[in-house]
Amino acid sequence: MPFVLGACRLPTFFGYRGATTQAHDSHVLFAGTVITAIVVGVIVTLLILWSVFRYRRRSEDMPKQFQYHIPLEITYTVIPIIIVLVLFGFTVVTENAVDAVAPNPAVAVKVTAFQWGWRFDYTSQHVEVIGETTEDPDPVGLNGSPCAPAVDCLGPGLVLPAGQTSRIVLVSADVVHGFYVPAFNFSRYALPGVTNVFDFTVKHPGIYRAQCTQFCGLYHALMFFHVVALPPAQFRAWVRSEQAASHPAPSIAAAKRALASASGKAAS
Amino acid sequence: MTTITVEPPALTHEHAEHHEGPTGILKWLTSTDHKVIGLSYMITSLVLFFIAGSMAILIRIQLSNPHSTLLSLQQYNELFTMHGSLMMYLFAGPFAFGGLANYIVPLQVGAPDMAFPRLNALSYWLYLTGSITMLMGFLTASGAAAFSWVAYAPLSDAIHSPGAGSDLWILSLLLTGFSAVFTGVNLITTIFYLRSPGMTMFRMPIFTWNMLVTAILILIAFPVLTAAMVLLFADRHFGTHIFSVTGGGVPVLYQHLFWFFGHPEVYILALPYFGIVTDVIPVFSRKPLFGYKGMVFATMSIAALSTGVWAHHMFTTGVVLLPFFSLMSYLIAVPTGIKFFNWIGTMWRGQIKFDTPMLFCVGFLLGFLMGGLTGVMLASPPIDFLTHDTYFVVAHFHQVLFATAVFAGFAGFYYWYPKMFGRMLNERLGKIHFWIMFVGFWLTYLPMYVLGLKGMPRRVATYPSGLGWHSLNEMASVGAYLIAGSFVFFLVNLWVSWRRPVPAGSNPWDAHTLEWFTTSPPPHHNFVKLPPVRSERPTWDYFHPDALVVAHANGNGNGNGHGTVNGKRPPMSYAKGTDAGIPSAAGSGEPSGEPSGEPGTPPGGER
Repeated sequence: MPFVLGACRLPTFFGYRGATTQAHDSHVLFAGTVITAIVVGVIVTLLILWSVFRYRRRSEDMPKQFQYHIPLEITYTVIPIIIVLVLFGFTVVTENAVDAVAPNPAVAVKVTAFQWGWRFDYTSQHVEVIGETTEDPDPVGLNGSPCAPAVDCLGPGLVLPAGQTSRIVLVSADVVHGFYVPAFNFSRYALPGVTNVFDFTVKHPGIYRAQCTQFCGLYHALMFFHVVALPPAQFRAWVRSEQAASHPAPSIAAAKRALASASGKAAS
Repeated sequence: MTTITVEPPALTHEHAEHHEGPTGILKWLTSTDHKVIGLSYMITSLVLFFIAGSMAILIRIQLSNPHSTLLSLQQYNELFTMHGSLMMYLFAGPFAFGGLANYIVPLQVGAPDMAFPRLNALSYWLYLTGSITMLMGFLTASGAAAFSWVAYAPLSDAIHSPGAGSDLWILSLLLTGFSAVFTGVNLITTIFYLRSPGMTMFRMPIFTWNMLVTAILILIAFPVLTAAMVLLFADRHFGTHIFSVTGGGVPVLYQHLFWFFGHPEVYILALPYFGIVTDVIPVFSRKPLFGYKGMVFATMSIAALSTGVWAHHMFTTGVVLLPFFSLMSYLIAVPTGIKFFNWIGTMWRGQIKFDTPMLFCVGFLLGFLMGGLTGVMLASPPIDFLTHDTYFVVAHFHQVLFATAVFAGFAGFYYWYPKMFGRMLNERLGKIHFWIMFVGFWLTYLPMYVLGLKGMPRRVATYPSGLGWHSLNEMASVGAYLIAGSFVFFLVNLWVSWRRPVPAGSNPWDAHTLEWFTTSPPPHHNFVKLPPVRSERPTWDYFHPDALVVAHANGNGNGNGHGTVNGKRPPMSYAKGTDAGIPSAAGSGEPSGEPSGEPGTPPGGER
C-alpha cells in the first residue's frame, strides 16, 4: 500500500513513530491526519484573519446585505464530506491492521490490572510477575538505577520477545483501568467482565515505560509498568530463570493466589 | 397585522407599576419573571464558574512541578472531579440554557414571559439546591466525590467509593437533571406557542433556534443520565447488581448510559454558545447572517448526529462497533464546517466593528477551530488508541469548551449586559480581559497537546521527572494563571459599570433582533409594542428600512439594488412605508426606549 510505503519520512508531530509494527500503522494514520488538519486549519484561519483585517469597519457605508449563495454553500458542504470519507477509509484500513490478531503468537501473556498495580501471567510458561505501586518489587528508575520517590519508578516489567508476535489477554480484577504504552501508540481498557485480546510485535529490544490511563482511584497516578523487549534467546533464558525462581515448591501463598485467580475467572 | 400594540405608551408606567411585586431579596426569592430567574441562573453559574476555576488553578499549581506535594492524592482526585463536574453540569449548561436562554429567548420571540413561569422558578431552585448539594461533599468526613465527572462503575460503587460525598454527587445530578428537563420543556413550549405574530420559525434568531434544538437534546439526553444515576444509587444502597460483575451485572452498561447522555451533552453545552456567536457576528458586521437556513440545517444535523456517536468515548473498551461510531463522529465535522463558513461568509465584505463581544467571537472562532480539528482526529479509533485518556484529549475538549462556554459565553455576556442592566461595560477593560485571556488560552492548551502525545495521562495527581513533561506543564500553568488574571479585569469592569453607569439605551449595538426593540432593562412584560416581523432581523428592518436583505444573484452581484429585494422569500416583501402597520422611522412608532440608543444614522442607499 503506497500509503504505508511512503510513510517512514512523515514527521511525528511530537508523537511516537511506534515501537511495534502495529504502532507504525497508527503513526502513519496520525501523521497523515495531522497534515490534513493543518491544511484545513490554515485555510480556515487565513479566511478568518482575512475577513477580520480586510473588512474592519472603516466607514459608515452600509455593506451589501447579501445572505445566500447556494452553489458556494453546496461546495463547502460537499468538500468536507469528501475529506472525512477519505479519512474514514484510511481509518478502517488502519484499525483492521492494528486490531488484527495472529493465529499463532510466540507468547501469550494474561495481563491483570488491579487497584493499584499489574500482574503478568505467562500461563503456558508458568511464570508470573506482580507489582503494586505501594510495594514495588523492583524499584528501578528510567536510568536503571534504584529510584527513590515512587513516582519515578517504572513499576513491574512486562517482558516480551522482540521481533516476535506477543499476545496480550487483558482483564481487570476490580475497576476499569487503562493499559497504555505510549511508544506502542496503543491503549485499551481493562474492563471488569470483558476480556480484551490484542497483539504486539515489538520491533527492537528496549525498555518502554507505560502506565494506567483510565482513572481508577487513589493511586491511579502511580500505577506504572514497563515493557521490556528482549531478543528471543534472552527472553527464553529469562523465562527459564523465572520458572526456577518463582516455583520452588507449592506454598500457601501460591495456593491462595491460584484460588483468587480461579474465582476471578469464574466471575468473568 | 404585524404591529402589536400591547398598551398605549401613555399607560406604560402604570402598567409596569401594576406588576411591581416585592422588591429586594423577596423579589429574587419569589419571582417568576423569566428575566429575574435568568439573572439568578447567570449569577449562580458564574459564582460556580469562579469556584471551579479556582480548583483549576490549584490543579495547575500542583502540576507545575513533578513530585508535587501541595495536594495529597485524595485532595487532587476530589478537586479534578469537582472541577469537571461544576464546569460541565453546573456552569456551562446552566449559564447558557438556564441563564441567557431564559432571559433572551422570550424577548427574541416577542413573548411576555416563558410559557410556564412557575415551572421556570422550580427549575432554578432545583438547580441551586443541586449545586449546593454537590459542593456539600467537601464538608463530609470522607470528602467530596473523587471518581471524575464521568463516575464510571464500578469505581463509583459502594465498595470503591464509599462515603457521603459520592452520594451527594449523585443526588446533585438527579436534582439538576430534573431542572434541565423542566427548562427544556419550558423553552420548547415558549418557542412553539408564544412567538409574536409574524415570527415564523424561519424568522427566529439563530440563538433561539439553537436553544430550541438544545432543549430537544436535553429531553433526549438528561432522562438517560437521571436513569443511570438512579441505577448507580440503587447499586450503592439497595443491593442491586446492575453494574457489578460479581452480581451478574455489566459495568460497560454504565458507560453506554452515561455517554448516551454525555455526547449529546457536549452539544447541549456547545449549541447555545454557537447561537450567541451566530447572533453577535452579524450585528457587528452590519450584515445578515450568511446562509441562515443552512445554519438551521447544520444545527439540526449536529443534534441528530450527536445522538449516534456516544461510543467514540469508548473506542478503547474493545467492545464497541468501531466503524459505525467512527463514521458518525467524522460526519459531525460537516455541519460544523458549514457553521464555520457561514460565520466567515457573514464577516465577508461586512463592516466589522471590533467591540468586546465581537473580539470574543473571533477568539471563539480561532479556539474552536483548533479544538474542532483535533476532535475530528479523535473520531479515528487508531488515533484515539494513541491519545485516549491522555492530555491530548484534555487539550482538545478544553479548547472546545473554553472556546464555547468562556469565549462565546463572555461574548454573550458583554453583548447582552447593556440589555439586562441598561448600562454599558467599559470597552477598554473588556478588551484587556479578552487579550490576556486569549494569550493565556493558547499558552495553557497548546503544551497539553504535546504532553498527551508524549504519553502523559489525564487525571494524574503527580508525574515523574526526567520525561520532558516539566517545562510543558509549567507553560500550561502560566497560561492558566493568565486566564485567571484576566478575570480581574472582568470583575473591575462590573464594578466600574455599577459605580459609574453609562446608560446603554435600548439598542446600543444597532442590533437585529427583537430584544433590542424594548427598553434596557425591559419592562415587566417585556414589550409595550413590537415592530413588524418580516425577516429574522425585525429591529434592524425597522431602523434600516433601506438596508434589507438582498437575495444573492448567482454569478455577478446584484449591484444596483433593484429588483430582487427579498424576492425569493415571499412573506418578506417589504413595501417601504406603505404598510399601515409600519410606522416610519421618525414617526410615532419608536420603541418605548429612547431612540438615542441607536448609534450612527442609517445611510440612505441600499448598499
